[in-house]
Parts: sequence; C-alpha cells; structure tokens
Amino acid sequence: MTIETSIPADTGVEAGATPIVSIEGLRVEFKTDGGPVVGVEDVSFSINPGETVCVVGESGSGKSVTSLSLLRLVEFGGGRIAGGSMRFARRDGAVLDVAKASDAEMRAIRGNEIGMIFQEPMTSLNPVFTIGRQLIDGLMLHKHLTREAADARALELLRKVRIPEPERRLKQYPHELSGGMRQRVVIAMAIACEPRLLIADEPTTALDVTIQAEILALIDRLKRENGMAVLFITHDMAVVAQMADRVVVMYRGNVVEQGPVEQIFEDPREDYTRALLAAVPRLGAMRGKSSPEPMPILGATAAPLTAARPATPKPGSSRDILLEVKHLTTRFPVTGGPLRLTVANVHAVEDVSFSINVGETFSLVGESGSGKSSCGRSILRLVEPTSGEMTLDGWDLRRLRGADLRRARRDMQTVFQDPFASLNPYRRLRDQVAEPLINYRLASGRELDDRVADLFDRVELPRKFLRRFPHELSGGQRQRVAIARALATSPKLIIADEAVSALDVSVRAQILNLMMELQTEFGLSFLFISHDMAVVERISHHIGVMYMGRIVEMGPRAALFEDPRHPYTKSLLAAVPIPDPRQRRLHDDSAFRAVPSPVFPIRHAAAPSTYDEVSPGHFVLEQP
Amino acid sequence: MKRFLTSKGLIGLGLVLLMLLVAVLAPLVIPNDLANRMFMTARLKGPSFAHLLGTDQLGRDLLFRVMLGARTSLTIAVAAVATSLVLGLPLGLISGYYRGRIDNVLMRLVDTLLSFPALLLALAISAMLGPNLQNTIIAIGVAFTPFLARIVRGEALRVAQMPYVEAARAAGTDDPMMMIRHILPNIMPQVIVQATISLAFAVLAEAGLSFLGLGTQPPNSSWGLMIQTSRDYLDIAPWTALVPGAAVALTVLGLNMFGDVLRDVLDPRANR
Repeated sequence: MTIETSIPADTGVEAGATPIVSIEGLRVEFKTDGGPVVGVEDVSFSINPGETVCVVGESGSGKSVTSLSLLRLVEFGGGRIAGGSMRFARRDGAVLDVAKASDAEMRAIRGNEIGMIFQEPMTSLNPVFTIGRQLIDGLMLHKHLTREAADARALELLRKVRIPEPERRLKQYPHELSGGMRQRVVIAMAIACEPRLLIADEPTTALDVTIQAEILALIDRLKRENGMAVLFITHDMAVVAQMADRVVVMYRGNVVEQGPVEQIFEDPREDYTRALLAAVPRLGAMRGKSSPEPMPILGATAAPLTAARPATPKPGSSRDILLEVKHLTTRFPVTGGPLRLTVANVHAVEDVSFSINVGETFSLVGESGSGKSSCGRSILRLVEPTSGEMTLDGWDLRRLRGADLRRARRDMQTVFQDPFASLNPYRRLRDQVAEPLINYRLASGRELDDRVADLFDRVELPRKFLRRFPHELSGGQRQRVAIARALATSPKLIIADEAVSALDVSVRAQILNLMMELQTEFGLSFLFISHDMAVVERISHHIGVMYMGRIVEMGPRAALFEDPRHPYTKSLLAAVPIPDPRQRRLHDDSAFRAVPSPVFPIRHAAAPSTYDEVSPGHFVLEQP
Repeated sequence: MKRFLTSKGLIGLGLVLLMLLVAVLAPLVIPNDLANRMFMTARLKGPSFAHLLGTDQLGRDLLFRVMLGARTSLTIAVAAVATSLVLGLPLGLISGYYRGRIDNVLMRLVDTLLSFPALLLALAISAMLGPNLQNTIIAIGVAFTPFLARIVRGEALRVAQMPYVEAARAAGTDDPMMMIRHILPNIMPQVIVQATISLAFAVLAEAGLSFLGLGTQPPNSSWGLMIQTSRDYLDIAPWTALVPGAAVALTVLGLNMFGDVLRDVLDPRANR
C-alpha cells in the first residue's frame, strides 16, 4: 500500500531525472532445510543520480539482503532472487535488469559501475596483500590500466580519501593500519573505478564515534565531488539524519515507509517509523534532569514510564559507597624477539580511581582501546591488575584468592556485549540461569526450579523459554537471559560491558529500561561500560570518560554533559551524530587524528593521574 | 531422533548396524572348519556360485574370511579409538584450557609422539608389549592420541576464549565443571569427526602391524591381514584385495555418515 502511494511522491522530487537504479517488487528467498524462507518480500524504491538513499531497519528487516541483491551477491549466501526487477542505468546509457543479468555482465558491473563498502574494515581487506596491490587489482581489471598508471591512480585515490602519508601506505599491509584508516582504504577501493552507485552497508557501525563522523563526512564529500548515487544501509537513525536525501524504512522484508528525510523525521506516517524514532536516544534529552529516566517506548507494554518512576531512589539514601577503586593499573606485557621477552607494556588501565554508590550507575565511556573494558575485567579479576586497590562492600578484591574470590564474585556479576556469544549454545537456558545458583549452593531441587522461573519472570521472559536453547531466541531475549543469569546470585554490582551495543534500537530501549527498573527494585549498582554517549546520558548517575587508559574527566552526569571541560570529552560529544536532518554536522573529514597507542617501554614511569576539581564532584585530568 | 530419519542417517545407521551384526554373529554362525578350509583346487578363483566372493591364495572362501575378520578389525579399531579418546581428550582439554606452562609441557610431549610416524610408534609399543589383541589396541590407541590431543587443544583454546566461558567463570563455575559443561560439549563436533576418521585409520594400522607380524596372527582373520596378504596377488587376483578393502570402505562410509548425523543430533541448533 505504502509503496504505491509514495513512489509518485518521490519521483516528483527529482522531476525529470532518470534514476540510476529502480528496484521494483524485489523478492528474495533463501533455501533452508525447512523450505524457502523469504528474506525480502516486496521492495520497491529508486535512487537518482547524486542522491543518498538510506535504507534503515532493524536486524532481520532485509536491508542488507536488498543491497546484496543489487550486486547479485545474495546468491553466494544461498539466496535467490525470486521476483521483481532491478533496472540499473549503465555508464553507456543502456539499462540492465540486474535481476536477470548474466554472470559476465555482473562481473563487469561489480566493483566497476557499482562499488561496495562492507561493515567490517578488518575483514574486507585481504591480510596477505599490501594496500597498493589490492587497490591496483581492480583498476587493472576494469580500467585496463598499465601497472604504472594504476600505481599513480592508487596514490591519487588514497589522497582523495585523505589518508596521511599515502606513499607509505601503499606498501603497508592491512594490519598495520588503524580501523578508521582501513575503512578509508576500503572506500578508496570502492570508488576506484568511479562507480555510478556506491553501496555502503553499515560502513561505520564497527567504528568509534569520532572516526564514524570522519567517514560519514568522507562519503558525503565523495558523493558531491563525483556525483555518485549512494545507497546507505544502516540501523542508526542518527546516521540517517546526517546522511540521507531520501529514506526507505524497512521492516521484515517490506518497505514500511519512504520519503524525503525531513518528512520521515518530522512527519512519519507509519507507527513503525514513529517507534523507531522514539527509541533513538537523543544526546541532550536529559538536560536538567536529576536522575536517570526510562526511554520512551511507543506502543510497548502499558505505561512503562509511570510504572517505573515512583520507585526512583531517594536522593539521600544513596550516599553509601559500594565499590571503591583507587589507583587501579593494569598492564599487559608485549613480548617480542626469539626469547619471547617482555619488550614493552600496554598500559591498558593507568591510575584509575572512582567509586560507585549503592543503587547508582557509574558509566565508563571511551573509544575502543581506551581501557574501559580492561577496567571492568580487572575489577571482576578476569584479568589481574598490576597495582591499585579495589574494595567492594568491605572485600579487598585485589587480595582475594580461591574461595574468598569466588564468594566475592557472588556480589558482582557481568552482562557482556554479544548476546550470541555469551550464552553456551549447547545448554538449555534453564541450566545456564541455574548455574550460578548451583555453583554457590544457593538453591536445589524444587526451590532451584522456582528461583529460575522467578528470574525469568523478572526479566519478562515467558517460562516456556526455560527448556529452550539460545539459538531459538532473538538478540534481545538472549540479553534478558544473560541479565537473569547475572541476577541469580542477588549481586550488589553488575558490570555491563557494552551490554546493549549489539541490540536493535527498540530492543536496546527495552533492555535499558529493564536495567533501570531492576536497579530501583533491588538497589543494584551498575558499572556501565559503553561507547555510546546518548545511552550513557540516559542511564548514568556518574560518568568517567576514559582515554588511553586514564579517566580524563569524571563527574555527575549533568556536570559532564552540560559543562564538559576536557578536550577529549568535548570531541567525543561533538562527534555524536544528531538524529535531526536539519542539524547536519558533516563538515570537515580531514581532521584526521591518529589514536595514540598506550604502549610504553618497560621502564616507563607513568605519571600519576592528578585532577582539578572544577565543581563539586567534577574532576578533570590535569594536562602534563 | 528425527534427524536420524534422513537418507544419510538411515544409510549410516544401517551400515554401522550391519557391520556390528556381522562382527557379533559371524563367529557364532560360521563353523570354524568352513572358514579355514582350504580348497586347494580353487585357489585365487574369482567369484562363483561355490565361492560368492572368490577365494584367496590358500583357497579359503573370502566371504567367510571377511565376515570373520569383522570382529577382530572392528574390536581393534573401536577399542583403539576409545583409548585415544580417553588419553587425548583430557590431555587436550587441560592443555587448551589452562594454557601456559602446563600446555607447553604437555604439547612438547605430544609433539614428540607426533614426530614419529604413527605406525612406527605403534610398532614399537606393540613389540615392547608383545603381540596380542590387547596390546595391539593399546599400541594403536597411544599412537593416535597425539593427533586427537592436538585437535582437542586447538578447539579448547578457541572455546575457552568465548564470552560464555568468561560469563560462567564470573558466575563462580570451577575449572572441572567449566571443562565438562562448557568446553567439552562445544568441541564435540570436531571430536566426533576426528574419531570417525581415526576408526578407518585404525583398521589400516592394524593391517600394518599384522603384516609386520605384530597384529593379528594367522589363521585368525582380520581385514588388515587380508589386505596385506593380497598384496602379492594383486595382478592375478585383484578381488582378494577388493573384498576386505570394500569392507573397510563400507565401514568407514557408514561411520562417517553416522558421525555426521550424530553431530547434528547433538547440536541443539540443528533441531528446529
């Protein structure tokens, strides 16, 4: 229904322009043991020259399948284009239906007239070839360039994507480059043959926010300079707002709604689009509020907002300190040479001090490699800290051994990032949730069954899931199981390491709300480790910003977000994409900042962290 | 159980059951006299009505010989692989789970064993212990252990890095439980595949030992022994090698299919 009504509407936007691609009634099926499964049911949209079309949707919506169909790459994943047409206007003016093109025609198009950027910059480059070799291959194949001409063009491309020292990069291997730089190389490869259409499938999802901002700006600039059309696949509404000219919203293999980006954001017609938008955490949404608040969920279970609010912890009661960390330092040795001697140390966590109050959430934010996860793992003693003190409710965590350590771990549990990997695929959910109860002999027999069933109720999972295996659940449901397992021992502290990062936005909102509810109900404390500033703003009482193993700024949420002092905090906040198409901030992508690595020689004496207290409880690391 | 009801599952299960049945029943049903009787006038004859699968160089009926050989060959193969599992699983698990020094020590040991050809190793052990059925099993089992231990260690290393292992550790699970409940089930698919392949090699290893006079001794029959003795007559009577060879091939095929299906049955993800 939506499709027919909205297609005339948007062809009207670019009146007269012939689209580069027009997809009509696309249907893709996957062959499985249990018969064909429909990956994409009925998708129609078109992309005009020089236009960015964002396809947005949650996992399983079929957005990636759609983009892979355009290159006929679905067939390598067991898919089959079962219906519809995808008319692609070729460089020579001919129109080709990609759905029916021959293999030879597809080879001539792939990488030549349609370029593609994949999500993982780590795996989309071949580790055994140099950057130069990989760039040159495509040029020599499609453009029939000589070796010398291809070399020159490769250098030009690296300059175009603004990689520092491009001459040197050509001779380097992928592992020698940082993630952001690798993604630039991938983009350079994708645009090498000046494609008419660039497909970008979640190109920034695996990257840090500051790098994401640079890559988005780069893609936007290349689009303008080359007049390419861009098909941008993402799950992130904020990225859509920054990038899109037009938006296609997908849900379960169908287009729910499509239209110009302003219309989608300001006047969404469909409930699903509205729900998707409501679930996006907006930076600054918590301005002027004293304590964390649940996320609004449209059309979810009755009034979660008011249900959770009365139980907000009384401000006076949460003064007791649960966890105190003082001068925590964790270093990992770097070995080298034939004797495997320690040649240097990675200063993963360097002189970090903070405390968490009973019933409050302390968040550690930072980019990958900042040491936030190592910090959490050190507290759990999953890695051994080098020095420092950690006290949890009177337990000296650093000195605990054997039985005492086991006992202390009862009081602190974890929820990990990847709900697919943090549950054992071979054990029933009931057994996995019961495991900590059995380990600590907290319950047995009928009582054990009751306790586990209660835990399932508490995280709002149906009891019929008790006997199921992890693969039968969705990502959000699995994360609920992981939370139930963490709650089993009635811990005082839960360390949530990127616990919602792998989840879809709407599911993320539900899990965050569940965590906040559990906090008020049980007086739980959270150490929330995240890279997502908007989520952190929503859930935290106190925040520490980590950079190169140190906390560079720390304080109450309001102080940190409304009055950030440290330059790194400021750059982090500035890099967060805003979910509003009228506030675009894709300016300069040349502000390339190499992330320094925290590797130091063995005898390096790290300076202690000293802080300025700029306002009560708000500390900023003093610059050396 | 439903997964066994595929064509692959049924063929695999059928072949394995057939071999087991033959192994158990043949010595009870076939009179000893008949199996060892030599038809001097019909040596190295091709298949005929009198001898359905032909005869060997001594004029013995190959059908009876191959059926009688099943028990020895399968017993040795299964028991030897079981021995290598009993030794290799804990070795590999402990190595891969604890890593560090204990891993270094154990794996150097395993590498030392690996540096000898498996047959030579089995030969040495068998020569040391003396030629009988039990010692043949021990010899082959020990000789196969390093291969299995290596595979188990590699898989255990991988699985031990999984977040669910870390989550279980944070939930207070102790080391033995961790290995049994979390690591072992997750490495079973690879172990099953390796075990079924090992069974085939064990049959052949027994043949090698027999040939060198350290395995099954005539007049007892085993597939390996039959293949080895057929060597001299390959050009004039190829069926003498083909018959026991086919028996080995069918067994391996059956076990492989059975193993594949068994792996699927044990994998909860497959039972949709």
